[in-house]
Amino acid sequence: MIINHPLLGPRDMAEFVYKGDVCLIDRPDGMQEGIEAFHDYLHLRDNPAGEHRELWYHEQGDRSWLVVTRNTLTHEITDVALARDVARERGRTR
Amino acid sequence: MHYSAFRIFKEAMTGNRGWKPAWRDPDPKSEYDIIVVGGGGHGLSTAYYLAKEFGQTNVAVLEKGWIGSGNVGRNTTIIRSNYLLEGNQPFYELSMKMWENLEQDLNYNAMVSQRGILNLIHNDPQRDAYARRGNAMRLSGADAELLDREAVRRMCPFLDFENARFPIQGALWQPRAGTVRHDAVAWGYARGADSRGVDIIQNCEVTGFRIENGRCLGVETTRGAIRAKKVAVCVAGSSSRVMAQAGMRLPIESHVLQAFVSEGLKPIIPGVITFGAGHFYVSQSDKGGLVFGGDIDAYNTYAQRGGLPVVEDVCEGGMALMPMIGRARLLRMWGGLIDMSMDGSPFIDRTDIDGLYFNGGWCYGGFKATPASGYCYAHLVATDRPHPTAAAYRLDRFLRGAPIDEKGQGAQPNLH
Ligand SMILES: Cc1cc2nc3c(=O)[nH]c(=O)nc-3n(C[C@H](O)[C@H](O)[C@H](O)COP(=O)(O)OP(=O)(O)OC[C@H]3O[C@@H](n4cnc5c(N)ncnc54)[C@H](O)[C@@H]3O)c2cc1C
Repeated sequence: MIINHPLLGPRDMAEFVYKGDVCLIDRPDGMQEGIEAFHDYLHLRDNPAGEHRELWYHEQGDRSWLVVTRNTLTHEITDVALARDVARERGRTR
Repeated sequence: MHYSAFRIFKEAMTGNRGWKPAWRDPDPKSEYDIIVVGGGGHGLSTAYYLAKEFGQTNVAVLEKGWIGSGNVGRNTTIIRSNYLLEGNQPFYELSMKMWENLEQDLNYNAMVSQRGILNLIHNDPQRDAYARRGNAMRLSGADAELLDREAVRRMCPFLDFENARFPIQGALWQPRAGTVRHDAVAWGYARGADSRGVDIIQNCEVTGFRIENGRCLGVETTRGAIRAKKVAVCVAGSSSRVMAQAGMRLPIESHVLQAFVSEGLKPIIPGVITFGAGHFYVSQSDKGGLVFGGDIDAYNTYAQRGGLPVVEDVCEGGMALMPMIGRARLLRMWGGLIDMSMDGSPFIDRTDIDGLYFNGGWCYGGFKATPASGYCYAHLVATDRPHPTAAAYRLDRFLRGAPIDEKGQGAQPNLH
């Protein structure tokens, strides 16, 4: 797979480390939410067959975190964004 | 029909006209006592033990493709009981004991071959860890021996002992481990279940569950709705997809593991060799092909095929361990969908929906578990109590702070 990095252009997937579902950005607030919310956040996944938004880390490159939108049935990548931008859109400060 | 040497002789003398299909091809009935979803190794063994050990014969196995089309027909056929943790090791040792008696039990040649497994050691911390693991294995009644470098050299003189990065210092050796003809396991269990009255229904995909007032009453399928008192799901890599139809989210990600087979070669590799440090393991089939593999591709996928970076990584591992394979040609390779759980261990449990049961999360290692998984799952479904050796495989274990994490990696499926 080739990941079209927003800053560096097309890069081989072997340069990246895969983290998992983008829902990992939405960590619950430890002061507000209970143990069940943390359990669900840490352990439960939709794991869909089809479009999946997921976190990739460019370890062998510029060390940026990316949000890749990829089809888990065909491996076709339809969108790549900086995780920082996605996190801010979702209301995180960074 | 009983299979025996006499039968082969008799059929040879009578033009081989007496052989019959090993199982029937029935249409689904409108209702069963128990429906097993998924005709892989675990589904078929579950049905077999439901009928044989628990007297449940009004049972159907529903398989979306043909039986054996999933991981049971795609794996690298290794069986072993060399785990460390309390929740795992007694279960896998039960499975090993069941393998040892499987062919007599099924009257089917599954080519169970206890040729032993070597887990290679390269440094002192690893030796300490394997000594501890070996002791845990022995405590469960399994066999384990810690070998020094010379003992490994006598067994496998062709390994690169002086490798600069991973010199071989010894190995953990389990003589009773080995390989089993994987397709034959599916066929043997299918034949055994069928002969006890189980309906094996192929080309029948489950597309939904009928759930009313918190109770599962049956399934929707591509061949119509089927009612059931109990529904037992075991669909390996498709676990999340199928259980989502019952509104459940699982602690599982689907990944792909690849397998490789070389052209047929003369016998050279005596048992199974694992080179964990180099992401490579290998055995040799009875036909002579080197059967090998390595790491998973490590991203979510349902494509049943892997990518080239892992092919390269696996072949590099092979070359580092035994440079002699450099001239062997790769004959074929393929991938299978594996259900990677959050701690690398499986689930055999009830769900919050009455009458709906779940078996999955076998990661890359569920083939060896096939007999015990089927037996323990049948025990749970038939009696509503977990079998003692599988009692730790609960879906709520993360919430209770009781994961079974052999590698200590945490909730990161692609690291297990
Ligand atoms: C390349 C590879 C190598 C492996 N090597 C080893 C090894 O050496 N040793 C070891 O112990 N383990 C190994 N494993 C793991 C092992 O193969 C699996 O853990 C095990 O086979 C899973 O259980 P199963 O046999 O029931 O799965 P499967 O055979 O995958 O059965 C699941 C079945 O469910 C069916 N299904 C899915 N969805 C539906 C639906 N909606 N309706 C009806 N049916 C459905 C599928 O078609 C499939 O037939 C390996 C796996 C792979 C991929």
